[in-house]
Amino acid sequence: MAEKILLKGNELLAEAAVRAGCQFFAGYPITPQNEVSEYLSWRLPQVGGVFIQAESEVAAINMLFGASAAGARCMTSSSSPGISLKQEGISYITAAELPCVIVNIQRGGPGLGNIRAAQGDYFQAVKGGGHGDYRLIVLAPATLQEVYDLTMNAFDYADYWRNPVMILGDGILGQMAEPVETKPYKPILQIPPKDYILDGCKGRAPRVIKTLILKPELGLVTHNEEMQAKYRKIEQAIQLCEEYETADAELIVSAYGIPGRVAKGAVKIARKKGIKAGLIRPVSLWPFPKKPFVKAAQTAKQFLVVEMSQGQFIEDVKLAMECRRPVEFLGKGGGWYPTQEAILEKIEQMLQSPKGAKS
Amino acid sequence: MEFHYPDALYNSHTHYCPGCGHGITHRLVAEVIDELGIREKTIATAPVGCAVLFYDYMKFDIIECAHGRSPAVATGIKRILSDRVVFTYQGDGDLAAIGTAETIHAANRGENITVIFINNAIYGMTGGQMAPTTMLGQYSTTTPKGRGKNGEGAPIRVCELLSSLEGVCYLERVAVSSPKDVMQAKRAIKKAFENQLAGKGYSLVEVLSMCPTDWKLAPEDALKFVNDDMKKIFPLGVFKDR
Ligand SMILES: Cc1ncc(C[n+]2csc(CCOP(=O)(O)OP(=O)(O)O)c2C)c(N)n1
Ligand code: SF4
Repeated sequence: MAEKILLKGNELLAEAAVRAGCQFFAGYPITPQNEVSEYLSWRLPQVGGVFIQAESEVAAINMLFGASAAGARCMTSSSSPGISLKQEGISYITAAELPCVIVNIQRGGPGLGNIRAAQGDYFQAVKGGGHGDYRLIVLAPATLQEVYDLTMNAFDYADYWRNPVMILGDGILGQMAEPVETKPYKPILQIPPKDYILDGCKGRAPRVIKTLILKPELGLVTHNEEMQAKYRKIEQAIQLCEEYETADAELIVSAYGIPGRVAKGAVKIARKKGIKAGLIRPVSLWPFPKKPFVKAAQTAKQFLVVEMSQGQFIEDVKLAMECRRPVEFLGKGGGWYPTQEAILEKIEQMLQSPKGAKS
Repeated sequence: MEFHYPDALYNSHTHYCPGCGHGITHRLVAEVIDELGIREKTIATAPVGCAVLFYDYMKFDIIECAHGRSPAVATGIKRILSDRVVFTYQGDGDLAAIGTAETIHAANRGENITVIFINNAIYGMTGGQMAPTTMLGQYSTTTPKGRGKNGEGAPIRVCELLSSLEGVCYLERVAVSSPKDVMQAKRAIKKAFENQLAGKGYSLVEVLSMCPTDWKLAPEDALKFVNDDMKKIFPLGVFKDR
């Protein structure tokens, strides 16, 4: 039976993790995500799980490396500067093909930046912030319902694909509260038995988890190719996206996370005014849902990207439809938020003086 | 006495240089694991350093960690599988330079793990650069005038440093530079594992170990270097036992 609860985004995310069977959490305090740790510090022990306040984000992600190797569902949470510190560990965990969930409740950057919500970590999350050729599955909720649902799904994706999954939120999502239907956890994938974990070699040959592969051919080159083959499969399997009023849209607004939600409001108002606007809101940022963009580019003449950064997500929108249509940009980094009015104004401006659309 | 090849050791050749202390220490760890009958419930971490291929020689579950991060990884494993035996095997660069924070905090939390710490006063794997344990006046490829002449500070004494932390159960510094030292090293390693089995918390054994190659010494001279020079700066003994 689904119940409704009211919690802050960060707490809700933590509760969803517990319900999805998260047994281990390690994190280091940083605003605006502290409620994740604070909540789990009492909640995880209630269900026999482990909570550790680590000495740094570096240590936290490496504790996950161990916990995951030992077979546990595990999660760490941080915000932008802390996520930068985790990149070494993320690269190792990805190379070792171990599952874990990493939460980034983004704040303004670069540097120490500020503690307002922002989306400046898009490239880092989606293109790979650590060394080497690897990918994270990146999920971007826009509502607390999605925070709840996607957090649970994240554990399944991670286990199924043996790859870290990042939940890319922002400070608004972490701090806001709205009612959420909290259905009990139900796996969305059938997870094969974890026959790779280290739990002592009783009754079997010893196992090794390592990422050093000195040989290139039939070694590291092959390992890289195998990882890429896995990523191609993930691209087929995960394409999450919200489409709203796109069928006849002449102008498509695209945004993810909180700006996606604001943009939807702007599109609704535009429709009331008789403007044929539509919305594409990617929910999985990697894999990037390309198809809706290709389809929309057949009818829509213009695109508008809204993001709380200086223009990162926009590159994937252009790539997705191979620059078939002009794409305008509304965005700033450092703690700027888009309003429905600003988006609407931009839409109207674009329709009045369209940029030379190729057709 | 009958010679018995430890079960916990693969019957293979190591890649270590002649006279290196890593191989001796591997053997001691393997013998202790056999004697305690814990091979099938042991999970170890391999460091980044000359011992990165630890898993090619040791016959139990092993995870290779990023440089210095073993204590954090071991923490994750042990907290999930508290009835298994978890130990880290780390060099001085790994444990006392890049991984200092992870070392101190795992010790301070009193993680119920065992740490085998190889102090060879040099960075072996990368070709003989200064380690946090390189001694004053000691030459390395990055202290061409001897350590201490260029603002490098003095060597870190890990056992002494950790001895003030309440979470720490047992600290002993040993050497593998003479038969007598090797016997004592084995006793210390055994105790460090027994402590874990008894749930007593963090135990670390610091092993003064030879690196003839990067010290640019013949193997016999490397033994002398440990016995005559290193033991003066790094006195052997028990620094904590509770
Ligand atoms: C993040 C990172 N920095 C640097 C290195 C390069 N590196 C490999 S081994 C090593 C030093 C190892 O020295 P030590 O820990 O003393 O072990 P030894 O080789 O002497 O046994 C360094 C700096 C690395 N692999 N990763
Ligand atoms: S370089 Fe030094 S530590 Fe490394 S294997 Fe050779 S002797 Fe041993």
